[in-house]
Amino acid sequence: MTARMLDKRMSAAQIVAQLSDGMTLGIGGWGPRRKPMALVREILRSDLKDLTVVAYGGADVGMLCAAGKVRKVVFAFVSLDAIPLEPWFRKARESGALEVLELDEGMFQWGLKAAAFGLPFLPTRVGLGTDLAELGGLKTVQSPYDDAETLIAMPALKLDAALIHVNRSDWRGNVQVFGPDAYYDEWFAKAAAKSYVSCEELVDRMEDHYPEGAQDNLFERCFVSGVVEMPCGAHPSSMPPHYGWDMTAFKAYADSAKDPGDWAEVADRFVGSSEAEYLESIGGKEAVTGLPLPIF
Amino acid sequence: MSDISLVDLCIFACSEAFRGNGEIVATGVGPVPRLAAGLAKLTHTPELMMTDGEAYLVEQPVPLGPRKYDDRKPAGHLPFSRFFDSAVWSGRRHAMVTPTQLDRFGQINLSYMGGTYQKPKTQMLGVRGFPGNTIYHPNSFFFPAHGPRVFVPEVDMISGVGYNPAKRVPGGNYTAVDLRVIVTNLCVMDFGGPDHAIRLVSLHPGVTFEDVQAATGFELVCAESVTETALPTAEALEVIASLDPHNIRASVLKDNPPAKRAA
Repeated sequence: MTARMLDKRMSAAQIVAQLSDGMTLGIGGWGPRRKPMALVREILRSDLKDLTVVAYGGADVGMLCAAGKVRKVVFAFVSLDAIPLEPWFRKARESGALEVLELDEGMFQWGLKAAAFGLPFLPTRVGLGTDLAELGGLKTVQSPYDDAETLIAMPALKLDAALIHVNRSDWRGNVQVFGPDAYYDEWFAKAAAKSYVSCEELVDRMEDHYPEGAQDNLFERCFVSGVVEMPCGAHPSSMPPHYGWDMTAFKAYADSAKDPGDWAEVADRFVGSSEAEYLESIGGKEAVTGLPLPIF
Repeated sequence: MSDISLVDLCIFACSEAFRGNGEIVATGVGPVPRLAAGLAKLTHTPELMMTDGEAYLVEQPVPLGPRKYDDRKPAGHLPFSRFFDSAVWSGRRHAMVTPTQLDRFGQINLSYMGGTYQKPKTQMLGVRGFPGNTIYHPNSFFFPAHGPRVFVPEVDMISGVGYNPAKRVPGGNYTAVDLRVIVTNLCVMDFGGPDHAIRLVSLHPGVTFEDVQAATGFELVCAESVTETALPTAEALEVIASLDPHNIRASVLKDNPPAKRAA
């Protein structure tokens, strides 16, 4: 492989062009934290549709549902933390228009791991004694050993593509992911046929710039198919240590689900015609990097 | 006693749920359960582990409300990315949470209410980690407004494992299902009735069994001797105040009433 082939740099539009209608798309992060929102906005600017979205959901899920891009959501929650119920997801659910697979948070990551390991399922106790199995069509298996325990067979959550926002990357896809919690981004990357990362900072060769951060290489570059530099690319979600979430923006977004309640009327405000325009509309990079880190 | 608030009495009662739990992660979701876990750790059960609510293990519980981001002293790391391996699926945790509904079997709901699953009348959070929490580790509950829409005969969507024999898939391992305590603005209950039926253990000052039964959508069992819920000690009140410098707990219960209910 030549160095040229290892150059995985793409534009956000080129990344979205790799995706197609009907795909199963994993989105990293957790609720209003570490979401690849710039890539989500790029999808919202595209014609992409009929997606199955697999996410620990926040405004990523809400916006894609609001815009009618989603056929099915695989989720354990959809929430903006301080605004517990994601209003646009809620609206889509209550309209009856969405297919769903609702999972426990732990089962969800177990399904990603099954996909990462190429297994059809992984066994778990989680789900027994609840309505999840019946509603989600989950089957049971019996342990072949003496205990003969009955377990839920959590099916692999195979992703056609995953979108992940990271702190740093080089053009070969050597990423560095740091901050208090990387959630399950590693497993989204490994469960996907192709993963695309946006990053706060793109460097030339990681070893020349941040060799001391090598332990933050959460997943190896063989799991990365495309890289784009998108500073502030998680806004309005948080991206520690660079910036916190923008609760004012989330509140405006949440309020708009009631008034006017029509995504077409507000999409411009929350998506913009380009990422540069969006960033400009929220006060630029200075405004985003000035957002305090959230406390819990 | 007149100046002790009901919310402080609830926090004190909730903290008892964590007494002697050992070296496990005590998770309190919401102001009252979180203050209760902190109170337990700073008084009777110092061996408890807890996080700052984000990703770090702390030996000094983090106060509620606005503070500086670095006003926490991490002693360890327990991010969500390790949470199931380390705390939930190992059984080394006791969570106190507030679901939207809880039924006579101790089954809880956080998913949706009314309508159908395909078209819910009210979509809520989603089951979150409840299915795993309830099959793997102890759980307790706090409800700020005890009422028949919270305590229902049967929940709309079973998001957490209870003691309903009809929902037990044969051959499954339910040995870790362990529902402990329910604290509300009226009383303390447990699951000590016949077949784990919900049982009244103590009444908050001025509350009667009839008050509680009228606010509950199923028949309650009474403990042999129902006591009056203990008032928090002076030491406990001091600790609670130190963990809630902005008095966020004052907004948890409607009108922030005193511990003793007016006759």
